[in-house]
Amino acid sequence: MKKKNGKDNRYRSYYQLSWDILRKNHLAMFCLFVILVLVFIAVFAPYLTPYEPNVNKARDRFQSPNPEHPFGTDQFGRDILTRVFYGCRISLSVGIISQLIACFLGYFIGVCAGYFGGKTDTVLSFIIQVFSSFPFLLFAIAVMFILGPGLVNLYIALGLLGWTSTARLIRGEVMRLKNSEYIQACIVCGGSPLRVILKHLLPNCVPILIITVTLGIPNAILSEASLSFLGLGVSPPTASWGSMISEAQPFIRGYTYYSLFPGLAIIITVLSFNLLGDGLRDALDPKLRS
Amino acid sequence: MSRYLLGRVLQAIGVVLAISLITFFILNVIPGDPVELMMGEFATPEAIAQVRAQMGLDKPIFAQYFNWLTNMLHGDFGVSYFQHKPVFDMLLNSFGYTARLALFAYVLALVFGLTFGILAAVFHNKFIDRLLMTLSIAGVSAPNFWVAIILQIYFGLTLKWFPISGAKDWNYYVLPAIALGTRYAASISRITRTSMLEVTKQDYMRTASAKGVHGWMLVMKHAFRNALIPVVTVAGTDLGNILTGSMLIETVFTIDGIGKLMVDAINQRDLPLVQGGVMYIATICVIIYLLVDILYAVIDPRIRLGGGAEG
Repeated sequence: MKKKNGKDNRYRSYYQLSWDILRKNHLAMFCLFVILVLVFIAVFAPYLTPYEPNVNKARDRFQSPNPEHPFGTDQFGRDILTRVFYGCRISLSVGIISQLIACFLGYFIGVCAGYFGGKTDTVLSFIIQVFSSFPFLLFAIAVMFILGPGLVNLYIALGLLGWTSTARLIRGEVMRLKNSEYIQACIVCGGSPLRVILKHLLPNCVPILIITVTLGIPNAILSEASLSFLGLGVSPPTASWGSMISEAQPFIRGYTYYSLFPGLAIIITVLSFNLLGDGLRDALDPKLRS
Repeated sequence: MSRYLLGRVLQAIGVVLAISLITFFILNVIPGDPVELMMGEFATPEAIAQVRAQMGLDKPIFAQYFNWLTNMLHGDFGVSYFQHKPVFDMLLNSFGYTARLALFAYVLALVFGLTFGILAAVFHNKFIDRLLMTLSIAGVSAPNFWVAIILQIYFGLTLKWFPISGAKDWNYYVLPAIALGTRYAASISRITRTSMLEVTKQDYMRTASAKGVHGWMLVMKHAFRNALIPVVTVAGTDLGNILTGSMLIETVFTIDGIGKLMVDAINQRDLPLVQGGVMYIATICVIIYLLVDILYAVIDPRIRLGGGAEG
């Protein structure tokens, strides 16, 4: 089983093997790099630009892209590049935090439905079905309507609504794993359900969770942009890509750059997460391995 | 078959009831008294109390819910707080615009999605496949309201080919339908391609080509028909998403459909209109999902015969 590079596959873990596969996927690795750059921009936004995102400068209104303002300025004279950088904070944090909440909920609801079966499964499956029969955006709009605009409310709304697909996948996986010998052995030895769920089922579900989180983030980012576009996301003057496009809309006749850049930022971010998610799915799915 | 159908219909009714429960209760915990909001700041407390009693808002919340539900089953969705018109009539008037827009967008999504998906699968790993899949992943990643604005700028303002707001004639729908349909064309083409490639690996495909079936006959009759099942699921869910996605597009193009009605209602905090609109769209979506499941059973004999063997 010796490979060309001298590594012995027998002694390499599942994740090391997955990493090997992912590393050979140049597109996915490039997307990972882009995502790391975006994270860097989000974390160090204040140090990357000399301008303040929310300070109005009437003198600098509506400048086309120029060396001082590479993306131009908006109707209040704010630097658009700066606002795109700060918007990156909102988009990434909403994407990541809401998906972690969704992942947590999805895992526990899915595992309970799959592990306990019977009536628990019937009730939980019905709840999953109700939540997924609601068009996602409509539900998010209703929840944000009640909670009001705000960053924390976005985390909660998108987290509370995005768990159904995770729960469904986990339920299926757990139903399959439940009958395997090592789980049965643990139950026979007196392992409590909590022990089985956390110590034995969780590690086996991590690949599914990694994939659903990575593919859930772009959807959350798009939903955040849509909600902010409708005025239900973050409250102004906070810069968010969605709200910037919404602010730009009245000026499309004379000033087209304004809506272009935040939109491109959304596409690049969402595209990177989607392609990385596809790559991770190929790398983590043992069925696809030869 | 009939048992499967009955079970599925009952389930759909259960889902609609559950949605009505959620909608009613979450929208009733909003802070702020709608009656005070509606009457303005000069209303006397007595007048407010009278209107509250008139609207049944002084009753216990469960009584209010059952009242609301029974009224809704009679087609009475309440009266808009601000426009003082029946919500049901307002929804019905706007639905025509949304339905037309959704239909155009959906036809566009299906035609382009299926064609691109099949082409990509047939020319697997060739240039066409790479090009179409790059386009489709970009299409899935672009926010539709942004696509709408870019289309307005380019085809509306620069080239002046199409009008950019309103819905007076068929050409008003061209840009909105493209903006709304792009994302779903992309998602349908991706699932069609994956499903076609999956089917191509099957034994019966080898048998078919061994006995001399080839070219488009093989692709369309043997591969495509069997690849349809996952496509139907995605295409069905997409129809629901198109109906909600039209909220954003209608706002950008100022089309007076349900979506714009809802967005305006949200900004005015017009509770009966929001409640009615959410229920209306959610019910339509549940019905669509139900039809998709039935269609599923029709095209996949395994479900039809497995679900009710005697039927």
